[in-house]
Amino acid sequence: MKSFTYERATSVEAATKAAAAHDAARFIAGGTNLLDLMKLEIETPTHLIDVNTLGLDTIEATSEGGLRIGALVRNSDLAADERVRRDYGLLSRALLAGASGQLRNKATTAGNLLQRTRCPYFYDTNQPCNKRQPGSGCSAIDGFSRQLGIVGISSSCIATHPSDMAIAMRVLDAVVETVGSDGAKRSIPIADFHRLPGDTPHIETELKKGEIITAVVLPKPIGGKQIYRKVRDRASYAFALISVGAVIQPDGTGRVAVGGVAHKPWRLDAADEDLPSGAGRVTRRLLLDAQPTEHNAYKVKLVERTLGAVLAEAKG
Amino acid sequence: MKFDTPATENPIDRMTVVGKPIERIDGQMKTTGRAKYAYEWHDDAMPYAYGYPLGAAIAKGRIRAMDVSAAAQAPGVITIVTSDSMPDLKKAKRNTAKLFGGKDIHHYHQAVAVVVAETFEQARAAAHLIKVDYEEGKGAFDLEASMESARKPEDGEPDSAAGDFASAFDAATVQFDQTYTTPDQSHAMMEPHASIAAWDGDALTVWTSSQMIDWWRSDLATALDMDKEKIHIMSPFIGGGFGAKLFLRSDAVLAALAARAARRPVKVALPRPFLMNNTTHRPATIQRIRIGAGQDGKITAIAHESWSGDLEGGGPETAVQQTRLLYAGANRMTATRLAVLDLPEGNAMRAPGEAPGLMALEVAMDEMAEKLGQDPVAFRILNDTQVDPEKPEKAFSHRDLVGCMKLGAERFGWDKRSTRPGSVRDGDWLVGMGVAAAFRNNMVMASGARIKLDREGILTVETDMTDIGTGSYTIIAQTAAEMLGLPLDRVAVNLGDSRFPVSSGSGGQWGGNSATAGVYAACVKMREAIAQSLGFNAESIDFADGMVISGDRRVPLADAVREAPLIVEDTIEYGDISEEQQQSTFGAHFVEVGVDIATGEVRIRRMLAVCAAGRILNPMTARSQVIGAMTMGVGGALSEELAVDKKRGFFVNHDLAGYEVPVHADIPHQEVIFMDETDPMSSPMKAKGVGELGLCGVAAAINNAVYNATGIRVRNYPVTLDKLIGALPQIS
Amino acid sequence: MASAATVAASGVASKARAQQAEVPAGAKIGIPAGETSSVSFKVNGQDQTLSVDNRTTLLDALREHLHLTGTKKGCDHGQCGACTVMVDGRRINSCLSLAIMHEGDEVVTIEGLGEPGKLHPMQAAFVKHDGYQCGYCTPGQICSSVAVLEEIKAGMPSHVTGDLTAKVAFSLEEIRERMSGNLCRCGAYSNIVDAIADVAGRPA
Repeated sequence: MKSFTYERATSVEAATKAAAAHDAARFIAGGTNLLDLMKLEIETPTHLIDVNTLGLDTIEATSEGGLRIGALVRNSDLAADERVRRDYGLLSRALLAGASGQLRNKATTAGNLLQRTRCPYFYDTNQPCNKRQPGSGCSAIDGFSRQLGIVGISSSCIATHPSDMAIAMRVLDAVVETVGSDGAKRSIPIADFHRLPGDTPHIETELKKGEIITAVVLPKPIGGKQIYRKVRDRASYAFALISVGAVIQPDGTGRVAVGGVAHKPWRLDAADEDLPSGAGRVTRRLLLDAQPTEHNAYKVKLVERTLGAVLAEAKG
Repeated sequence: MKFDTPATENPIDRMTVVGKPIERIDGQMKTTGRAKYAYEWHDDAMPYAYGYPLGAAIAKGRIRAMDVSAAAQAPGVITIVTSDSMPDLKKAKRNTAKLFGGKDIHHYHQAVAVVVAETFEQARAAAHLIKVDYEEGKGAFDLEASMESARKPEDGEPDSAAGDFASAFDAATVQFDQTYTTPDQSHAMMEPHASIAAWDGDALTVWTSSQMIDWWRSDLATALDMDKEKIHIMSPFIGGGFGAKLFLRSDAVLAALAARAARRPVKVALPRPFLMNNTTHRPATIQRIRIGAGQDGKITAIAHESWSGDLEGGGPETAVQQTRLLYAGANRMTATRLAVLDLPEGNAMRAPGEAPGLMALEVAMDEMAEKLGQDPVAFRILNDTQVDPEKPEKAFSHRDLVGCMKLGAERFGWDKRSTRPGSVRDGDWLVGMGVAAAFRNNMVMASGARIKLDREGILTVETDMTDIGTGSYTIIAQTAAEMLGLPLDRVAVNLGDSRFPVSSGSGGQWGGNSATAGVYAACVKMREAIAQSLGFNAESIDFADGMVISGDRRVPLADAVREAPLIVEDTIEYGDISEEQQQSTFGAHFVEVGVDIATGEVRIRRMLAVCAAGRILNPMTARSQVIGAMTMGVGGALSEELAVDKKRGFFVNHDLAGYEVPVHADIPHQEVIFMDETDPMSSPMKAKGVGELGLCGVAAAINNAVYNATGIRVRNYPVTLDKLIGALPQIS
Repeated sequence: MASAATVAASGVASKARAQQAEVPAGAKIGIPAGETSSVSFKVNGQDQTLSVDNRTTLLDALREHLHLTGTKKGCDHGQCGACTVMVDGRRINSCLSLAIMHEGDEVVTIEGLGEPGKLHPMQAAFVKHDGYQCGYCTPGQICSSVAVLEEIKAGMPSHVTGDLTAKVAFSLEEIRERMSGNLCRCGAYSNIVDAIADVAGRPA
């Protein structure tokens, strides 16, 4: 871990200004992913801005009937919130499927969205990785890729986004609220928040330098059966091989997003429209352009079967 | 004491303390965080610095140059020791990969430098500033591709044969021939390798985490080219080993070199992401098994061949071992082949040989039983043998595989198993049961102990035996208490220190029996010394309730101590007795699994182990050994695999997120039954080991249960859902 | 059966103590200004003020600065749970938290739960049920267990909770899921769950 200076932010404005003023500053909240990466010198900030002092840790009703979730609301608190459990069960389920009790007690809503990939080559600084070191190449494509991406990938990167929570947020059409270093506020739909790797896999989100997430807003509840199904080798405390998040209405219509297959939560309007036609058709839509490797080809069938189980559960 | 005739009645047979489920005597220290592990020794008068290792970035090649200028200038840096600035350290015969020194790189993350700084944070940051220029060489990393070049190893007994396998197999009515693979696995003990080294002139003190104190002391002396007597090793608590800490590792060498260079004590722990490629692992295997039998199910021919790889000069995974002894059959052969691979060193991990060997053999037996239309339990019982089938003149000292199988089947409800695979459904789960035999040879090792009786009547046992979680502290205290008729609170136990008599150490499941036998021997001497001191006749003396009893005389034990404490020392040594009969341990594993019909996720529903392993010295700690091994077996069956990057030559998933060991949610309540038996051929304790037996066969039982649940036979471990998903039944 | 037999391992004397520090000339001990901070927090009820390198984790502050080595470093990356402590009543991985971010916090470690002869009920249950082997993950398991029972009491749901809107009930399945962030390679899980169930007053 490289040395860094440290400050506790006193306001959102001060935090964004400080971030803009340093060449390599990072906000730190829970720290559960950032510190992990700093120890390996995958992240090397020279200045840390502790944002835990900013408040931003409440969940409030919006005038539109939804919820505004403060950026610093801990994963465990968000999952346990009565309104979330009642109206956005998918979100609770996704959060509880992730990490461990200890990590969820620290990890925040914003930090969860900003998690970086768990690709083992990204994590090993001896190996080429375009995400870690642009232009160095991708070792994963012809390496060990069992848990990596199959769709929306590029010849530069086949990493996946590891978040469970983000899958639920995507299905629920959450909106990410930010404040820029110039004080400008933005509302970024979750669909646009994460980027595909293309030839710049090191740029993962739409956030600009110094911009900070202040909240994630959920639109008003959409009801339906809300199901999050995470598939993994061991029964807990593991990243998803794939996951399926869905909200299915009594008439069979609904929304679905898939995790563990792409650089971002994977959801397509056309696939949603096909939900009444069953898992096979939806999967073919979702994974139309899939280019799996020999190691992760199983994910295509796994998505279809898991989605089938989810739809059956929704019906049952 | 020389053990060369079968044990007769002795004080241990009273079983007033031995054989009781006694709580660990180190339990309060462990549960309150007071037990000190290697990295945790602290003394205000010992101003240690922090060492942080750097590992090679390539799998094979040579260091062209190292630039440490930036690192040396970094804040807090005291010194940097680099590999290229010194010749290869002399390697002890127990190590295959070199631990440090020289320019040649033999495997990924081989240690190439250690940075010493005032703080841990400074040392870690500075290590990242070292620039190494490598000349990359070509290596072999793919076992399957290297099978052709594999050779018969020179050491040990790689091959064996009896009768005429080829003809008998050809003639067999029912023939079976399959190939299985097991992956590289990591010990993944919770405490990383760690050492603190401190020099005092030419004398060296090392606090470390070692299963085998005397091996480490000898091998460190070799590496540092110094007198063994000048090295003091301490390892009183070990945060797990499973074989990873049998042999000297780089943490101790780096700490010693760094402390010498820094001229102050240095502590080094191997960072977790560095550990899996820097140290040893259980090597992957490819195993071919052929079985021939008559329609009656009697095996007439059996062959087991195994291929594994290791660095030049290394050894094979002896996966065929159990097949020489487990089942009857007049015509048989085994063969072991070793390829040179440039992956990190392959070496012993819990039940080396049998653990991966049974992963294959016990699935083959399941497949053969099905082919014969026989019940898997009945098929194994039918082919039991009471003699070494390769050397029929050699009987087993005690063998109750059949008893384990029968009792296990009854307790587990084996009769409720459906013989039709894929036919039992419980909601979204396909449910199946599997069985496998457990087998592990019983090894005995010379083991010494020193015993002191003081005027307060406190008996102190000192031996360099280690407790790696096995319960050594407790069973040694039980042994001494039984022998001297003392309550446990009058016994103190000191372990893991090279100033104490050399013991068996912990490995190969020999530790429990051997080390307590060493304590037994010393206790016999102590009984004699007490008798002599009191003027009692040693032949007719008894020890009970803290008293020495001779006829109608009863004297407190402490009365035997005059001025100085009584101190005796002895070592148990084994004559040819261990060769006269075949000593092994046996068991049966029964498992019920559920397989998610949609995803293929496999989850364990029930587990039972029945073990026949001689006298059980402490049923509580022995049971823990077995449930722990069963848990490791779940990992071996379902998730554990060091993924090899065959192009770059390293284990890719080298941390505890990527290498998935079982978690709480994977493990149901586990049942263990010990057969009530003793083995007088093993030692005066009449005990054998269970720590490895508990692992042997577990993965196969799980795999067989998956087959029973789904009808899908997976012959390449681990049994992950990607290997099932294509063949699972259609779901609506 | 309880036992008071002793493990006398802690009394080992060391010749190395006599060795004096000799810091070679030129060694750079200082850390640049701005890269250290002072932090005050309570550990096991005691006020502590430390001046630490900004990079120091809470785990290393406990182990290397306060010599509270009961909290273990198993992986240093949030992948094993051996470093679990409670901060303001919530369990966290102390390896993934900077010491300087705990100003004013109340930290409870395994040493603060109980001591030999005066065990916390959970520590006593681990001894009774042999819920450990090598002992290295044990402090983390125990800290986690204590917190898990509180979390269930507080109605926090888990991955295996059936109905998210109903009151959370104790079950062995709940314990297993919630304890899954604490790896035990010795494989004492079955016994650990028995110990926790014992403390919770439920049959294992």
